[in-house]
Amino acid sequence: MTTTRRDFLTAAVTAAGAAMSPDVSHAQDHDHDHQAVPSDLTLRVKALESLLVEKGLVDRPALDALIDTYEHKIGPRNGARVVARAWVDPAYKQRLLTDANAAIAELGYGGQQGEHMQVVENSPKVHNLVVCTLCSCYPWPVLGLPPVWYKSAPYRSRAVIDPRGVLREFGLELAEDVEVRVWDSTAELRYLVVPERPAGSEGLSEEELATLVTRDAMVGVAKVMSPPKGVSA
Amino acid sequence: MNGVHDMGGMHGMGPIHHEQNEPVFHMNWEGRVFALRRAMGAWGKWNIDASRYEIELVPPAEYLRMSYYERQFTAFLEILVKSGLVSRAEIDSGKPSDGTSKQSPAFTVDKVTPLVAKGVLTSRDVAVAPHFKTGQRVRARNMHPVGHTRLPRYARGKVGMIERDYGVFVFPDTNAHFLGEKPQHLYSVRFAARELWGEQASPRDSVYVNMWDDYLEPA
Repeated sequence: MTTTRRDFLTAAVTAAGAAMSPDVSHAQDHDHDHQAVPSDLTLRVKALESLLVEKGLVDRPALDALIDTYEHKIGPRNGARVVARAWVDPAYKQRLLTDANAAIAELGYGGQQGEHMQVVENSPKVHNLVVCTLCSCYPWPVLGLPPVWYKSAPYRSRAVIDPRGVLREFGLELAEDVEVRVWDSTAELRYLVVPERPAGSEGLSEEELATLVTRDAMVGVAKVMSPPKGVSA
Repeated sequence: MNGVHDMGGMHGMGPIHHEQNEPVFHMNWEGRVFALRRAMGAWGKWNIDASRYEIELVPPAEYLRMSYYERQFTAFLEILVKSGLVSRAEIDSGKPSDGTSKQSPAFTVDKVTPLVAKGVLTSRDVAVAPHFKTGQRVRARNMHPVGHTRLPRYARGKVGMIERDYGVFVFPDTNAHFLGEKPQHLYSVRFAARELWGEQASPRDSVYVNMWDDYLEPA
């Protein structure tokens, strides 16, 4: 049944003169979980898009604009600016922790898949880790689209039962006396972690601080590293 | 449903592959699937809970074999057919069926920025009394619906504490099946790691799970 449908689609696409995407060869570069018969998927998705365009159901420029938005405009730099502001402005941090949506909107961020935000703060005694065990919920306006590992079975299955083991796998060994709080995104709440401000960052400006903040630190699988020596205010 | 998607606490899934400098989309078709799903969602024929349920319906062996976007694509084809926007015959042939008229896209380029900037609220501004209050001990119900639910198996029957009341939200278990929004209070419920996983867990650690009134009973 499936084979028959794929053959039909392949025939349909070939007949339509669709060019093979260059990403077919690129697929061999990856050793993990998104290479299942890539040429087949390329063709099937292309065939569906053509069908939907022909039926007048989708507009290609809208698709292109949406992809461009999440490839180039919205990503973890947004979240990094939120974190840097929280580090330098205690009143802002307080607003962020009590009314995350409003505080994040102060910096111009918000919207799809971040409609209901909650911000949690790491400290020397508390470490927060965010997961979505049921699917792939992630705070798009501040972090962009999630990386493959966040959506993968290994992370989703283990983050709740063995968070310390997961963190160790990311190279982060927590002391026994640190409390780990795991946030499972089972509803439409989306979480952002404010990591600890690293030692040696005292003289840095807000902009310089933002460059230190990584996506992984804002999901809670890493700490923010101290700035390399020689970076001055 | 007790599907393989509900994987919190499972063993044997292997190591986490952390890719450095990961692109947003690894292949062009992934971005197209992402955008097509958003664009077709604008027709208003389904909601976020229905689209999640459709992914849960991907058979378990396939679900685990497939990449994230392949899974999304597979479920997308199904929901397109169920919605009536596209027929199975059209997907199989790649051509509009005879007699179908050409429509005007619901999601046009001018709608990209508003969608991205505003999103879709799932909170509801209606007066519904909360069943529980902050600080109260609660038990997650031991329930196993065959339909969509956001109550993970690892929390069922476990006792936790209401940490926060977020207000009134759409209830996924009914909304996914187009049985109404059934708006009710949504909470953050804190479960001690040892309540969930026993003595192997650290006595200090906890898991916070979002739960609606219908998932909870007094403990």
